[in-house]
Amino acid sequence: MAGNDLTRLRAHEMAAALRAGDVSARELLEASLARIRATDRPLHAWASLDEDGARDAAKAADRRLAAARGAGQEALAALPGLLGIPVALKDLVVTRGLPSTAGSRILGGFVGPYDAHIAERLAEAGAIVPGKTNMDEFAMGSSTEHSAWGPTSNPWDLTRVPGGSSGGSAAAVASYHVPLGIGTDTGGSIRQPAALCGVVGLKPTYGRVSRYGIIAFASSLDQIGPFGRDTRDAATLLQAIAGRDERDSTSAPIPVPDWSTELAANDDEAAGWLRGARIGLPRQYFVKGMEPGVEARVREAVAALESAGAIIVEVDLPHTDYGLATYYIIAPAEASANLARYDGVRFGYSEHEGDVLGNYLATRGRGFGAEVKRRIMLGTYALSAGYYDAFYLKAQKVRTLIKADFDAAFASVDALVAPTSPTVAFPLGARLDDPVAMYLSDACTLPVNIAGLPGLSVPCGLSDRLPVGLQFIGRAWDEGTLFHLGRAYEAITADAGWRRLDPADLGALEDPATPTPAERMAAHA
Amino acid sequence: MATLSRDDVAHVAHLARLGLTEEELTRLEGQLNHILDQYAVLAELDTEHIAPTAQTIELENILRADVVTPSLSVDEALAGAPERAGDHIVVPGIIAEYE
Amino acid sequence: MGAAAAGAPVAARYEAVIGIEIHVQLKTASKMFCGCSTDIKDAAPNSRTCPVCLGLPGTLPVINRRAVELVLATGIAIGATTPEFTRWDRKNYFYPDLPKGYQISQYDLPLAANGHLTFDTSDGPVTVGIRRAHLEEDTARLIHATDAAGRRVSLVDFNRSGMPLMEIVTEPDLRTGEQARRYAEELRLLLLAIGASDAAMEEGQMRVEANVSLRPVGTDAFGTRTEVKNMNSFRSVERAIAFEIERQARALGAGEVLVQETRGWDDDRGITYTMRIKEDSDDYRYFPEPDLPPLRADRAWLDAIRAGLPELPAARRARYRDELGLSAYDAAVLVGDPGATAVFEAALAAEPGLAPKAVANWVTGEYLRLAKGAGEGSGAGASGVDGAQLGRLVRLVADGAISGTNAKQVFERHALSGEPVDEIVADLGLAQISDRGALIGIIDEVLAANPGAVADVRAGKGQASGFLVGQVMKATRGQAQASVVQALLRERLGLD
Repeated sequence: MAGNDLTRLRAHEMAAALRAGDVSARELLEASLARIRATDRPLHAWASLDEDGARDAAKAADRRLAAARGAGQEALAALPGLLGIPVALKDLVVTRGLPSTAGSRILGGFVGPYDAHIAERLAEAGAIVPGKTNMDEFAMGSSTEHSAWGPTSNPWDLTRVPGGSSGGSAAAVASYHVPLGIGTDTGGSIRQPAALCGVVGLKPTYGRVSRYGIIAFASSLDQIGPFGRDTRDAATLLQAIAGRDERDSTSAPIPVPDWSTELAANDDEAAGWLRGARIGLPRQYFVKGMEPGVEARVREAVAALESAGAIIVEVDLPHTDYGLATYYIIAPAEASANLARYDGVRFGYSEHEGDVLGNYLATRGRGFGAEVKRRIMLGTYALSAGYYDAFYLKAQKVRTLIKADFDAAFASVDALVAPTSPTVAFPLGARLDDPVAMYLSDACTLPVNIAGLPGLSVPCGLSDRLPVGLQFIGRAWDEGTLFHLGRAYEAITADAGWRRLDPADLGALEDPATPTPAERMAAHA
Repeated sequence: MATLSRDDVAHVAHLARLGLTEEELTRLEGQLNHILDQYAVLAELDTEHIAPTAQTIELENILRADVVTPSLSVDEALAGAPERAGDHIVVPGIIAEYE
Repeated sequence: MGAAAAGAPVAARYEAVIGIEIHVQLKTASKMFCGCSTDIKDAAPNSRTCPVCLGLPGTLPVINRRAVELVLATGIAIGATTPEFTRWDRKNYFYPDLPKGYQISQYDLPLAANGHLTFDTSDGPVTVGIRRAHLEEDTARLIHATDAAGRRVSLVDFNRSGMPLMEIVTEPDLRTGEQARRYAEELRLLLLAIGASDAAMEEGQMRVEANVSLRPVGTDAFGTRTEVKNMNSFRSVERAIAFEIERQARALGAGEVLVQETRGWDDDRGITYTMRIKEDSDDYRYFPEPDLPPLRADRAWLDAIRAGLPELPAARRARYRDELGLSAYDAAVLVGDPGATAVFEAALAAEPGLAPKAVANWVTGEYLRLAKGAGEGSGAGASGVDGAQLGRLVRLVADGAISGTNAKQVFERHALSGEPVDEIVADLGLAQISDRGALIGIIDEVLAANPGAVADVRAGKGQASGFLVGQVMKATRGQAQASVVQALLRERLGLD
């Protein structure tokens, strides 16, 4: 197969081709690297590449494949699903000997002496990591514009954002750089960029994936999850990284089902899963400021689910409107402590200005970007003497109410369906000077983090030629239902015309004259 | 809800050890107050008898056995240190003795 | 000096109110939240660190069960209550010795609360309320130095970072420096008994801080308090507090207004001095640690810990008095030194028939003389002492197999070398001859060789008897037991 054809394969197709001996892991990697080199300048999805390490891993994967082929069908079937498959890591996954910057100047030059839990798990599974992807600094943002290394563009329209904070991984998967990517989701940072880039993204139940080695934003909200070009691929990636890790005290000792095998069903079978499924439609998720095109696509998708036999039930999540304020107290408060370790003493960016206090002020004042400083300020204030009860404690109590809303809804439905983002991808720079408008991007996703639940975003069509995401929200530990619904929705819309459309600016990516996202932003400003 | 004065902003910046320019302080004063306005909705809710939720995961007593595992080498530990003297990390002198 | 102030008129108008905060390093193999070794005493700087205790990005804490259980055990030992649920909190402040920019500690739900401890003082027993005992992580060590360019620098060693630390806070129940010292000493004994800590103050394993304020005698309101630090021995605890009481009394007596501050103790100069106060000390922005689930200390867990507790110092003193018949003084001396306690117990265990008082005399006398002498560089030391061997020695003395004088000589050698006492006795030829058969032959020879003395004895001259005993002792090179020789002489002379 030719390079461009190889990069178009989904992960499960790559896995089949590797086992059949039609392609090698090395060929898949070289196709991926060639495409990244050829098209990433105008996209800027990647923060750093590790070509040598990836090649070594690909060679090892090919040896495992060869050995298994020699040992027969059973040995081939026992190979991990990700063996030889390229997977992008968000630039906040710490890996030994490689830079991990979390999109921040303050981590410029930081090279970790250890591997994150998920990096170990991916290596064991034989996945190939070509490099790390761009992101909003410390995952704080919804556009990937808040990266110290410059913004990332959306392959559907290079003048627009890919969403964020995991915009690099979403854009890389959408642009056929890699079939799979890792993101993190604290308030929507996987689901929202998945929606805006037209790919599948899942935020797992809090505690499903170990956070060990993931540079923290807000510890009680952060989760790590997959991007893929379909639900089955995303499930295969989650399966590889999920499960108890004794180094993360909040990772749960709950068994990880074999979703990958369950989802291998054909379209007819998958469509059948919708018959009798009880799905709640929360009234409050059709929020003010939602674009009519987005609402139309979501309601069409809900109608399609209903036609296929799902029972759609309108439900109330009455405290939804309090989610934004609750989130923007809890997340900055936790972040203000999590980011206190960036002090220029042991690693990373360091300014020397006189005494210890001078070093702190200069290092942190210049090392962090505007959005990070804003959130550290918010969080520090919310925890400070005299304000703790009014802000932090109050937000924790409202968190209880928001969680109770979901518990009540799940008493009568198996899952919820809602928009992922109230809008399609917005223009680069459009919301940079209005933090509150930016924060509203996550209005439909952040209540899910507040309650610790799983959420899946799948593409459900286009509005103004830009992708719209459909969000399924599930009970804690019930990613399985979300995956089944996502796969079923893919099955019933398999013939939809929009499914065959490539991101509109894919061609422009291949033109070396196309400006970089930073150049476009500078021109715009 | 509370309003932040410019002095408050400067105090919080000091608590957080963020060296901010005058321009940043000015911009943050406006932005933080705008964000605090959004928090005001929470006051509508009566939460007097609601228990706070710090974590959504219902785990308890996650403990490890008291077993020693290997440490990093000194060079690995100090590899990223901006300033090093022998096996120590160096910071400006901290006056902890007489005033 | 400070202690003199107790009698000064100005001090007599005030009552001191003292509360003590003690941090102790817990005796675990690994650190509080990571697997790095706590054996850092002779380790190279920064050789006992890992991504967790260096606070590197992406790392997470995992609680050391043993550290939790040592605090729970301490709580039980001081009669404290443990809430069913406790949790962890982040205490936020910036300092180069605090790698994460926050310390994982416990704020409003400590593992132990409302306990108490009773100890003896020169004025009788005193009970202090213990407000709380909680678990937290230690900070890195800072060494202050001047570099080659003459610049003042601080050198950071993260080996200590993340060591498990228990903070124990008393109520402001104490009134004198002596009480504070005695509280700290008694707490140390308790921690040693439990095995919670080695609690060596000079090693920094036990750090004592005192909050001291004065108020006019007969009033209840608290005065302005100072926090006194840098007291590196029990003696300096007493001296520093006595000095601070006197200093405050003089200041108040002179109409000065005291400031709330942290003061350091200068042991050489015998004074406290104003230390630089850590900034923002009143705004630590505590909030629940989201990286750690809460702890549930249920009854079964606490019962198991309670069942595993050894005999505690107070109970041991009572047993020595009530069951072994020792004096309160002997009991206090024996229990006050863990080495002495161990030697005493082992000696009695090896020789259960011995009179406890006899063993106690050896331990409080010879053993402690040698053990303490070693510390002051003037004695031989007692590092070789095996309690069971001391039991054997006391048995030999009690049986008359060796003289008391010779036994001390044997013990000194054993204390240094650890050799079994029987071997030392044999080596030195110190065994007493009390065997009738062995002595009769010698006595008959002496009688035959000294007919004049024999005649004198028969004539009733007492000194002549002493002469004959002396001749026998000479012939046996002192090994004959004098009382046996006396009796045999009278028998052979037909005087009985």
